[in-house]
Amino acid sequence: MLRIVGNRLLLSVPLLLVVSTLTFLLEALIPGDVARTIVGPQGTQEQYLQLKHSLGLDQPLFTRYQQWLENVIHGDFGNSLFNHEPVTMLLNVRLSVTLSLVIGATLLAAIVGVLLGIAGALRADIAGTAVDALSMVGLAIPNFFLGLLLIALFAVAIPLFPATGYVPFDASPLDWARSLVLPVVVLATPGIAVVAKQTRDSMRAVLERPFIRTLRAAGLPRRSIIFKHALRSAAAPVVTVLGLIFVASLGGTVVVESVFAMPGLGGLAVQATTQHDLPLIQGVAVYFTALVVVVNLLIDLAYGWLDPRVRVE
Amino acid sequence: MSVLTDQIVIGPASHSHQSVRLLLRNPVAIAAITFLGIVTLVCIGAPVTAPFDPLHQDLERVLSGPTAHNLLGTDTLGRDVLSRLIYGGRRSLLSVLEGVVVVTALGVPMGLAAGYTGGWVDRVVGKFAETIMAVPALIIVLVVLAVLPQNEDAAMISFGLLGIPAILRVVRSATLRVREDLYVAAARVSGLNHVQIVKRHIFPHVWGPVIVQASLFAAYALLFETGIAYLGLTADPSTPTWGGMVAEASTVIQRQAWLLVPSGTLIAVTILAFGLLGDAIRDAVVIGEGGLARRAPTSVVTKPDRAGDIAEPLNGRSGLVLRVRDLWVSTTSSAAETPIVDRVGFDVYAGETLGIIGESGCGKSVTALAVLRLLPQGLGVTGGQVYWQGDDLLSMTERLFDELRGSSVAYVSQEPQSSLDPAFTVGSQLVELIRHHQRVSRRKAWSSAIALLRQVELQNPDQVARTYAHELSGGMAQRVAIAFALVGRPKLLIADEPTTALDVTVQAEILGLLRRLQRETGMALILITHNWGVIADICDRAVVMYAGQIVEKSGIREMFHKPLHPYTLGLLKSHPSLAEPRSRLSSIPGSVPSPGSWPPACRFSPRCRFVADECLKGPIPLIDVEPGHSSRCIRVDQIFAKASA
Repeated sequence: MLRIVGNRLLLSVPLLLVVSTLTFLLEALIPGDVARTIVGPQGTQEQYLQLKHSLGLDQPLFTRYQQWLENVIHGDFGNSLFNHEPVTMLLNVRLSVTLSLVIGATLLAAIVGVLLGIAGALRADIAGTAVDALSMVGLAIPNFFLGLLLIALFAVAIPLFPATGYVPFDASPLDWARSLVLPVVVLATPGIAVVAKQTRDSMRAVLERPFIRTLRAAGLPRRSIIFKHALRSAAAPVVTVLGLIFVASLGGTVVVESVFAMPGLGGLAVQATTQHDLPLIQGVAVYFTALVVVVNLLIDLAYGWLDPRVRVE
Repeated sequence: MSVLTDQIVIGPASHSHQSVRLLLRNPVAIAAITFLGIVTLVCIGAPVTAPFDPLHQDLERVLSGPTAHNLLGTDTLGRDVLSRLIYGGRRSLLSVLEGVVVVTALGVPMGLAAGYTGGWVDRVVGKFAETIMAVPALIIVLVVLAVLPQNEDAAMISFGLLGIPAILRVVRSATLRVREDLYVAAARVSGLNHVQIVKRHIFPHVWGPVIVQASLFAAYALLFETGIAYLGLTADPSTPTWGGMVAEASTVIQRQAWLLVPSGTLIAVTILAFGLLGDAIRDAVVIGEGGLARRAPTSVVTKPDRAGDIAEPLNGRSGLVLRVRDLWVSTTSSAAETPIVDRVGFDVYAGETLGIIGESGCGKSVTALAVLRLLPQGLGVTGGQVYWQGDDLLSMTERLFDELRGSSVAYVSQEPQSSLDPAFTVGSQLVELIRHHQRVSRRKAWSSAIALLRQVELQNPDQVARTYAHELSGGMAQRVAIAFALVGRPKLLIADEPTTALDVTVQAEILGLLRRLQRETGMALILITHNWGVIADICDRAVVMYAGQIVEKSGIREMFHKPLHPYTLGLLKSHPSLAEPRSRLSSIPGSVPSPGSWPPACRFSPRCRFVADECLKGPIPLIDVEPGHSSRCIRVDQIFAKASA
């Protein structure tokens, strides 16, 4: 097991390197010039050259990359072009908002999806059809539209939750939770559909396996067979899907944080894009990738816990 | 977002015409195609179809809601919503097209190359796909948009590039499946070059999955395009875009919530149409490929008279444990019920061993599972009774029966390893079972578990208790499975081919163990087997099953010395250790007819060497030939004479 974790960690180093390099090189590869874009059509040639120098863009690409990478390894993504604050600081302040949203959405998708999926596996007719219908609609409604619909319904028409904004946990745990409900539901909706479908299919397959019959024949109650034994064996593909949902929700925060005016990394990424703030958006990309790496590691650990055969391989 | 499509795995398509026909018979597909077609045409012809200039402002009619003048209402500047939707759709649909073209133009060749060449190409492509999937696509596109502001083409091309892994994987696995097929190998031998082989032999199997993926990707591309438009990253605010219109509506959500509806709904419905179309194509492709062949002809079997087996006289023996009467099991999934087990009846007495013998597919295991009420999905008991000490097990509530299972009837299956839960240790499963049956402390249960493992003659019970199923040998796993069955101290143990999967020496040990346990506990045993050696070794009485029916039933001695059914005779003769020395090992010609294609009269008649006209006239009843010995053969006198001659 330790070796699997070790391998995964070793593999994640090149991944982080590839992503950071990619985001860095994109700027050089894409036909276009950040300095020109920032200065705008009204800017003078002098302003342009000055900005280019201050951004280090007049240096050879490799030198710039070397410098940038060295700084990144020390946790320094440079300063924001817009307000000149250190990128690392800007990101760290907003990390907790995004984590609250994404972890909340993944958990909600897991719990509701698994329950729906089990219902679908046990009652093929009603719950099965419901899962199918829900998954189609859940995947088709764009998150910004669903978010606005929920705001119109549960913040404007029936004021149960705040329409926008984020309350830090330290300020008021209850308000923190209330501010998270709508965005988490929006982020989790496509995930619920996918988890429910996967759980249903995987549970159906497991319930046909001989060991279920052995346990039932030996007299174990249905509850234990379904929730302990069958679910455990059916869980591996569901966990895989949960990993993908985490990544998808991370992408989803870009839109959802904008809809709900949440001060997280996703909203920051949009802001950085409109302001052509390259160091900032590179920082967000590396942070997001690092989160994906951590989640993949957790998933590997979960496989080992779920299936003892993985531990010895 | 795009990563989720990767979960869809489908088979290749070859019967393209059939697939297209199936698709056009699916109302959902027709609706999706019609809707997408209309939207596309209306948007392309925007200058003609749009009632107003999308940029024309009319400050007299701001946020009007639907009126006869503006069918879908007006926005914050009094512009016509319908016209803006029609013009905005042009950009959205073009973007979807760009994404789909990029993803197929690059993903399909890469998948073909990886699947067809294999080796290092496959590994490199695989690593590439894995890396891309670990990156949140949207963020990368944002980097692109930061450098190339409001350049939607660049954004969609990047999105297409990031979507490659999903389609690549599907194409690769479809290619891999065809690559090893004989005709592809033959084409390679006959000297066609690789490009020709891929074009002629592989691509026809890959296009189906590709279209499915392209359709699903279109849904994701639209979701994505409207998302970045909503964020205002791709166009200036006056240009109509579907996403941008939702964003504009969000600013007046308190004053005029209606404005959300037209743009949001149109986006959702268009995405839904792409998704449903993809699903419909997948269904059509899968069925066109062979799903139809699986729809077996459901021949309606005329149900024979319900008289059933002739009721056995209740002889003086006491200790009746289980009585099965007219047990009838059928498929429940298809419209016409196909019988699998046809009015089977037998008794089991305390302490005795009843053997059930027959070839595979005769309904032996299904009979056992029906008694335990553990039939797999799609099968159901359609008649008969199973009495357990006077109570009918089949009409009992699930809750009551749950209590009987394990403590009255227990079960051992033929696949020892797969019959143990792979995720828990042997000991923890035993402890759970023991605590369920006896409500004792965990520590007490653990020592009972060790005692049980010792009882089934396992060498290091402490060590075995700490292992998982995959760490046990077949023989050890079967002993553990028997220990599971013994936890509830059952009065009847049903063992379904408990030794078939094991080595010969281990088989003898397991049989010896079962015999010993039976002697010690006094439980009854039903042993399902196709091995006469097992029957001879351990059984008191035997039942022979053929094509869902009991064809012979008697004490073990009578059955070996005086078989009264041609099928029993054939089975006995084909068993190596029982055949006469130097005689040719005779096996019965033909094979067991599958349920649904049973001959209407004597079911064994097509394979019987004694068949006569009278055998084909109608169903044959089970007749008591001698006391305690019955046979389902009307020519039993002639055969009996010949067999002993």
